[in-house]
Amino acid sequence: MSIAEYIQLVFTDYTLRTITLGTAILGATSGALGSFAVLRKQSLLGDAISHAALPGIVIAFMLTGSKDSHVLLSGALICGLIGTFWIRGIITKTHLKSDTAMGLVLSLFFGFGMLLLTYIQKQPDATQAGLDKYLFGQAATLVQSDVFIMIGVTVVSLIVLFLFWKEFKVMLFDPDYTQTLGFNTRFIDTLITFFIVLTIILGLQTVGVVLMSAMLLAPAAAARQWTNKLSAMLIIAGAIGAFTGVIGTAISAQHDNLSTGPVIVLVASVFVLFSFIFSPGRGVLFKEIRMRRNRNDLKLQKILQVMYDIAKTHRDISHPHTIRMLNNFQGISKRSLQKMEAKHWIKVQGSEWALTDIGFETAENLYNQDIGHE
Amino acid sequence: MNSAQLEIQMIASIVAMACAIPGVFLVLRRMALVSDAISHSILLGIVIGFFITQNLQSPLLILLAALTGVLTVILVEVIQKTGLVKEDTAIGLVFPALFSIGVILIAKNANDVHLDIDAVLLGELAFAPFDRLTLGGMDGGPKALWVMGSILLLTLLLLFLFFKELKVTTFDAGLASALGFSPLLMHYGLMSVSSITIVGAFDAVGAILVVALMIAPAAAAYLLTNDLKRMILLSMGFGVLSAVIGYWTAHFLDASIAGSMTSVLGLVFFTVYLFAPDKGLIAVLYRQKQQRTEVYLISFLLHLNNHSEEEERHLNHLQEHINWHQVRAKSVVDLALKNNMVTIENKLVTLTEKGRDFTSLALEYILTNREDKIEHIKKDFFLFRG
Repeated sequence: MSIAEYIQLVFTDYTLRTITLGTAILGATSGALGSFAVLRKQSLLGDAISHAALPGIVIAFMLTGSKDSHVLLSGALICGLIGTFWIRGIITKTHLKSDTAMGLVLSLFFGFGMLLLTYIQKQPDATQAGLDKYLFGQAATLVQSDVFIMIGVTVVSLIVLFLFWKEFKVMLFDPDYTQTLGFNTRFIDTLITFFIVLTIILGLQTVGVVLMSAMLLAPAAAARQWTNKLSAMLIIAGAIGAFTGVIGTAISAQHDNLSTGPVIVLVASVFVLFSFIFSPGRGVLFKEIRMRRNRNDLKLQKILQVMYDIAKTHRDISHPHTIRMLNNFQGISKRSLQKMEAKHWIKVQGSEWALTDIGFETAENLYNQDIGHE
Repeated sequence: MNSAQLEIQMIASIVAMACAIPGVFLVLRRMALVSDAISHSILLGIVIGFFITQNLQSPLLILLAALTGVLTVILVEVIQKTGLVKEDTAIGLVFPALFSIGVILIAKNANDVHLDIDAVLLGELAFAPFDRLTLGGMDGGPKALWVMGSILLLTLLLLFLFFKELKVTTFDAGLASALGFSPLLMHYGLMSVSSITIVGAFDAVGAILVVALMIAPAAAAYLLTNDLKRMILLSMGFGVLSAVIGYWTAHFLDASIAGSMTSVLGLVFFTVYLFAPDKGLIAVLYRQKQQRTEVYLISFLLHLNNHSEEEERHLNHLQEHINWHQVRAKSVVDLALKNNMVTIENKLVTLTEKGRDFTSLALEYILTNREDKIEHIKKDFFLFRG
């Protein structure tokens, strides 16, 4: 199937259109809101909460007997919020650290959910609730109403983000300052946490428990590499998230037996890897290039320093000296001399070099300059 | 109780103990979520091992899985060292990716073979006694018992051999390197042991509940003691307790043993979280309330010390002068009276000799701002606490 054909299919085929839209919106929302989680050093909240939601789903099923995904997801939402606030309670009121608190809530809630699930599955009138569906998500079960709910949640969270932008921002970078300014930090915190949890729960149906954590943090981690600005990071993360959803769906639709969730996660991982390596400001590649360049500059400056010391002894600074004089000095080579000539530091004539005025001045100011810059 | 039941409880207890020991160190080193990462990413190792050996019982499978666990830790560290993201983000990036590769590999290749993700992730203890080790026709007991037993013995042996090194690298890595121990070696040793334990245990209790068995007992023990040895013993105890109670709960509910073990652990942790002396929620809230009242008391006494005018010391004017609610004012004045810091005559509050001594000491503390001093002054002067 060619790309053009596939794109046409996306617009005509109901299932494919729904899934593509759903994953794109989910990716955008979780990417943008995930930025907050990542910057607050709560990257693994997605992992913790998506696991912790299991008992909520089972209890919702036990209470209502309904297998309607909206009912089950409301149960998950309540349970996820309880989990989040317990994590907060453990961190603030005891000396246990956030990693322990998250691990506790994640595993204890999930275990309890398992107990309930196996319990109801053994009941005579039980209809199987399908744990694997919950674990890995099934994008294929998305229907149009799910997409509408997702759009609704996205719009609401966008409005809230817009309204409380400055509060969220200042809270993110300096909570103490926020409090002294007189903002209700608990309210702001609860608000942003609520929307993060809501997004996580929405993602359960599409990509499943294990992979929701990646959906939340991978776009944000990738976006972080391209900018230092919060608003830009949110937009980039949202775009990467949406893009990831669309590409992931496309790849999994082209192959049999390829569930959407894992593919989306791998696509997101590729984005992250790409950003880690190629981002101009922070990327590993450019950092390495910059380091090499600095190292070379330093080497040239060292040679210049030696030349300066030699030239200084002579009354006329541009008096030529033989290159052989420098042979003992490490790092001297035809190339380095050429480079220095290109910088107009020296003039090379045959087997002799002479310091230029520019070179002399540069060498003289080599150390002053450095101090001046620091 | 029949022999199968006994065997299940033994396996569960051994798994719980084997998990508790590395768990304590993970919690202390703030690496609790590494166990979660390892438990997920070993799926990839298991899948690859399965494709090579075509046998779910092969020791190579365990080895490969454990190696994937260590690989996860290494990858997390590589990412973290670039300084591009924080540690928690690095963890969250690595394990879903490895896990996804595992899931895709299963979906693409294992259609005709028996390798079920549910089985790998969830495990079932109830079947453990059926998988028996036979030696020359002799029944050697359940295989899981042998596997986990050896892992537990290995862990205990390493713990005894390297206890001092583990302790010092955990609490003061700088001191450890200065003393000539390698924190790196201990780190990877601990990671390898955790990885092997998780691989051994996931078969019995499943990948996600291994995390509970590692973290919850250690976290509960950490709320009860600051002594490392006691913490290890306590968490092993919690583990065994939850294994036995969990088994019987599951038996009566006819539900997953692993799930009910975790639920019991959850109850144990919750109880400790609420009621632990000193560090539990109730103790902390009580202490915070006490300290709040005592801070009010000190500021009240300072106020009295600063003012000799009658209207500043009149009971009826307290509220407007220090801006307190009636209830709070009453409790503070009561506390001051009980501690013989003040006397009240004709609704006029006066500092006693003791009150004056205390106030000047407290003032000195506030001015010099030395740590801990106030607590022992309080102990010297207070008959009743806030």
